[in-house]
Amino acid sequence: MDYKKAERVFSAIGIFCVWFVLIFLFSIAVKLFIDGFHRIFDPKFYISYPSRFPEEAGILSAWVDTIYIMLGAIFWSVVLGIPAGIYLEEFGGKGKIARLIEANITNLSAVPSIVYGLLALGIFVYRFKFGESILTAGLTLGLLMLPVIVVTTRESLRRIPRAIREGAYALGATNYELVFHHLLPYSLGGILTGVIIATSRAIGETAPLLTIGALTFIAFLPPPPWESFIEMLKSPFTMLAIQMFNWVSRPQEAFHKNAAAAGFILLVLCLLLNSISYYLRYKMRKKYQW
Amino acid sequence: MKIEVKKKLDVIFKGFLLLTATASILVTVGIVVALVEDTIRFFTHPEGGGFPTSLIRFFTETEWTPTFISKKIGIWPLLCGTFLIAGIAMAISIPLGILIAVYLSEFASHRVREAVKPWLDFLEAVPTVVYGYFALLGVTPLLQWIFAKFGIEMHGMNALSPGIVLGVMILPFTASLVEDAMKGVPQYLREASYSLGATKLRTAFQVVIPAAKSGIIAAYLLGTSRAIGETMVVAVAAGMYPNLTLNPLEPVQTITGYIVQVALGDLPFLSFEYLSIFAAGFLLFVLTLFFNLLAVYLKSRVERY
Repeated sequence: MDYKKAERVFSAIGIFCVWFVLIFLFSIAVKLFIDGFHRIFDPKFYISYPSRFPEEAGILSAWVDTIYIMLGAIFWSVVLGIPAGIYLEEFGGKGKIARLIEANITNLSAVPSIVYGLLALGIFVYRFKFGESILTAGLTLGLLMLPVIVVTTRESLRRIPRAIREGAYALGATNYELVFHHLLPYSLGGILTGVIIATSRAIGETAPLLTIGALTFIAFLPPPPWESFIEMLKSPFTMLAIQMFNWVSRPQEAFHKNAAAAGFILLVLCLLLNSISYYLRYKMRKKYQW
Repeated sequence: MKIEVKKKLDVIFKGFLLLTATASILVTVGIVVALVEDTIRFFTHPEGGGFPTSLIRFFTETEWTPTFISKKIGIWPLLCGTFLIAGIAMAISIPLGILIAVYLSEFASHRVREAVKPWLDFLEAVPTVVYGYFALLGVTPLLQWIFAKFGIEMHGMNALSPGIVLGVMILPFTASLVEDAMKGVPQYLREASYSLGATKLRTAFQVVIPAAKSGIIAAYLLGTSRAIGETMVVAVAAGMYPNLTLNPLEPVQTITGYIVQVALGDLPFLSFEYLSIFAAGFLLFVLTLFFNLLAVYLKSRVERY
């Protein structure tokens, strides 16, 4: 049998499959761009509230709320995720508690995002009485990001050689000195990469926020946090992805154009965040070579 | 700082780390409590017929209409829709995933791999609602046009188009897991195969893939679990009608689609509709957990060479 031919055929099939996937991605971007062309370059789209007239509808409340919610989500996931990652990698050892937490996080990362929405609806909204608010939304997305942050924190700590830890201990450093003076600074780039990746995933999350009662028609902005932080946390919310979902599920075609424009903006945001994280990873690899 | 103070600080510091680590356990506990408690309430709710009756109805009725006046609570239409779409997605994802993984890990040059990887990663980061848009307004019209050539009519909402999009969507995830499994196969097995005169292709399919079997199956189980739990693509493009059918050209509703549909409406706390999404969510949670645990078990059985 002509094995060289067979191999060449297989290579061609492989290349074809890869191209199929890439073209798929590319055609999504092109489709969104063409459909939403007029709205993407319409400055009014960015500074108007949603409206029942498709030409006047915009994403002002959506992108402002998105910023607040994502800041909240990043806060919660960083505050809970990084120390948890440090504990599991550095101090947990092979103990029972550490193993249990580890298995638990692996499982959590595979739980469908809409289940987090049900958790938030049942616990945060009704049992804790946080309401359908920016606080609840931030907390929910923060929990969703948590497994990614824990895993990347651990991975970047693992890359630091043992000698650093032993050297620090030998000089009489305590555990917290070791962490703050050595481990955190050296692993910060890797952790940051994880935070950005997790953010880019969470920014497009729609399902969990729909279940906790995101509104799709908000014609006001939350009060700025420097005026009233509590009121800001308590105010109802929408998000870019939710606004897009609302527009795409309407029958009128004019709204689909808005949906396409919002989708294109989301896509660009994700691409941007992903490229930043790639760049950071590349930089970090160059900076610390053990 | 005195050494005593430092020691105390150290204890506090370690305690804080442990505390944050246990937060993840609280999340799991929270999920289980919220789901189980409201699922029990659902099955004891008078509108469902009280405890044993409601459970029997749940598994014997063939319609799912908890939001209607006459309430039917048979779960099969939702399960059927969920597995129909997941099945289509896996039918796309399994062959393409193997081909891409084999190509990238055994055939492609280092440069090609480095160039393709970031884009595959990016495919995973694309918001799911964007995929939903593409399924509804990109893939469905295309399929309708193709099917019309053969004289077959296709609904605007159907299972096929979100299934296909979902299959491509989980592809990077499954392909990279399959690739990891194949990387775990030691080099000397390949070399032994080459030395016996086997070609690259033969080595890949008759040595590497069999050796990485459990890892590959685990990867696809995780992919299936993702396809089952995916929400926005099906909520946008599959329709909102619970339909007990295996015809991929008809509208169907999945468990996740149902939760979204009900959550979009006004939802009084502890009403029957409110409780029904928790019962559906609990089933979803159990299903995905089952697939995940099976995958973990299979991975743990990976042969060590």
